[in-house]
Amino acid sequence: MRLAKIDWALAAILGAMTIGVTACGSSSSSSGGLPTKIGNGEGQLNLVAWEGYAQPEWVKPFETATGCQVHAKYAGSSDEMVTLMRQGGGSTYDMVSASGDASLRLISGGNVGAMNVNLVPEWKNFIPQLQSPSHNTVNGVHYGISLQWGPNVLLYNSSKVKPAPTSWEAIYSPKYKGSVTVPANPIQIADAALYLSKAQPSLGITDPYELTEPQLNAAVSLLKQQRPLIKKYWTAAADEVELFKNGDAVIGAAWPLQTNNLQADKVPVGELIPAQGATGWADTWMLAAHAKHPNCAYKWVNWVSTPKVQAEQAISFGETPANTRACPFMEQIKKGSCGRYHANAPSAYFESIKFWKTPVKNCGNGKSDCTDYSVWQKKWTEITA
Amino acid sequence: MDGTTRTRVSAALFRRPWLRAGLLLSAPGGWFIFIYLGALFLLFLSALWTVDSFSGKIVHSWSLANFETLFKVSAYRTIALRTIGIAAAVTVTDIVLAVPFAFFAARIAPKRLQAILFVAVLIPLWSSYLVRVFAWRLILSKDGILNWFVGNVGLGSLNIGYSNWAMWIVFSYIWLPFMILPVWAAIERVPDSFIEASADLGARGWRSFRLILLPLILPGILAGSIFTFSLTLGDFITPTLVGGAGSTFIGNVVYQEVGISNNVPFAAAFATVPLVVMGIYLLIARRMGAFEAL
Repeated sequence: MRLAKIDWALAAILGAMTIGVTACGSSSSSSGGLPTKIGNGEGQLNLVAWEGYAQPEWVKPFETATGCQVHAKYAGSSDEMVTLMRQGGGSTYDMVSASGDASLRLISGGNVGAMNVNLVPEWKNFIPQLQSPSHNTVNGVHYGISLQWGPNVLLYNSSKVKPAPTSWEAIYSPKYKGSVTVPANPIQIADAALYLSKAQPSLGITDPYELTEPQLNAAVSLLKQQRPLIKKYWTAAADEVELFKNGDAVIGAAWPLQTNNLQADKVPVGELIPAQGATGWADTWMLAAHAKHPNCAYKWVNWVSTPKVQAEQAISFGETPANTRACPFMEQIKKGSCGRYHANAPSAYFESIKFWKTPVKNCGNGKSDCTDYSVWQKKWTEITA
Repeated sequence: MDGTTRTRVSAALFRRPWLRAGLLLSAPGGWFIFIYLGALFLLFLSALWTVDSFSGKIVHSWSLANFETLFKVSAYRTIALRTIGIAAAVTVTDIVLAVPFAFFAARIAPKRLQAILFVAVLIPLWSSYLVRVFAWRLILSKDGILNWFVGNVGLGSLNIGYSNWAMWIVFSYIWLPFMILPVWAAIERVPDSFIEASADLGARGWRSFRLILLPLILPGILAGSIFTFSLTLGDFITPTLVGGAGSTFIGNVVYQEVGISNNVPFAAAFATVPLVVMGIYLLIARRMGAFEAL
């Protein structure tokens, strides 16, 4: 492995040099040059996506209809998405399905460019909260088209976890020691903070992403207590599916995607949003600042915004479509799915989810004594090392 | 080039052996200096840079901040010690397994069996590393083959999937051939007469092994240990696949820093740790004569 290590180092250095060189060479493009119509496709489209966001079910028909061959690279965390979009001078990938904790970092880093929402007719049918949300629209400029949203759920093996859990406490209590799994992702600190906001009101946590140092320390010490209970921190959805299949994990934090996959494989699992509420995601397709295939990219956002594809993806992943007209299509594919995935839920449901966002120093209440994401990353290394 | 020039050139080269050697070695030498040492140099160089946490861009100013973090944050110490500790444990395990096996194969087994054993040692190397690690993942998982077997024997169940125990077993399995082969070669080279002489002088089996055989095969064991130790030290795939909650290796941190945090300088700084450890190890091994057996 000595040689392999050197190769690695070499690759790392070359990577560093390319980033350095292109960073010097690139100049910010003027924001006034938004396209006014979609031209012919370039034949190719390179995506950075969450696992399950580029299923053949809706990618194949897109390729046939537009001639744009889709190459998707799955990323396991928002950090990885940001890094992938920054590597190689930011022109390797055309689009990224960024969640709220990545989108603002990409915008402020100049890695993604403005988009013309008028080229996406279905955009007008999105729920009002996702037409110009603060995580992808800055000063009235749209940096992407919203896609889907949903909660992080508590997943459990219904034949081994009895009675069914009702609280996030289940993944912090020693009852299931050695059989718990949670994502290998620093944003997991927010899940602990959300639990503490209800379990220890004296800490005064109002927003799990805006933590002062004592609040962060409380969340970190909870996660350190949780560490001996953990079987494995999962990095890919498929990892967690295997852990549940082989009996290594019986309870954990998950996406509804894992529940769907496990139930399809006849593994007895259930999921719920516990009493404390849940963290969640609202994803946006964002266009790389130096995208090589912008026409295919616009064709893609149009395709995934149509009610039918919105419905297909919602059911496949287990999330809620942004397009309000998706509901009847969902019912067509699978009876009862519109209600199950909250596509017709009142806006109070949307407000109840604490969507991922990047922790920053500014607490939003005029004070700036909150801990930023780099502190979270360091603490997370401490917890999991 | 006509005949006389050719003769003259070859005569000139014959008279100046250093020139001949220099021309012969220029290609591999150049490769070594530019690619191999150059990469090492760049590694150290970039370890002294830092990354701006907000924009994610590399700041090209010299600082020891990365190394300071490495020493100050206890998490990185834990990870480095875990990596070195497991690499050492794997090396010892492989020595304990390889020496008796190689002794049997080289000195006791009949010729036909020898050939079969040789192939048996090599066969795992024909299949992909990943396939073998995934196979172990299935064997060690809670509802896997191991627990099925242990349960049927009536010993309850072992819960070692996704843990440091699992990593120790898998690493020991994967690198075993790299230990067996040099030890086998070393044992084969010891003349029978040495052992016989030892026996004639009244030494029993264990004493002959300890005083005659072991010192003679030590270079072979050390050569094997260089493989098992360095291969474990640099790995990041096995910890990802079969490791559990506390199984992060140096390689995993390097991978995360490059691929997820985009902090190449810190990754470079951490990557120098196994390099230094390996350097020290090689120096000790050379002192003990390991390179005579390669």
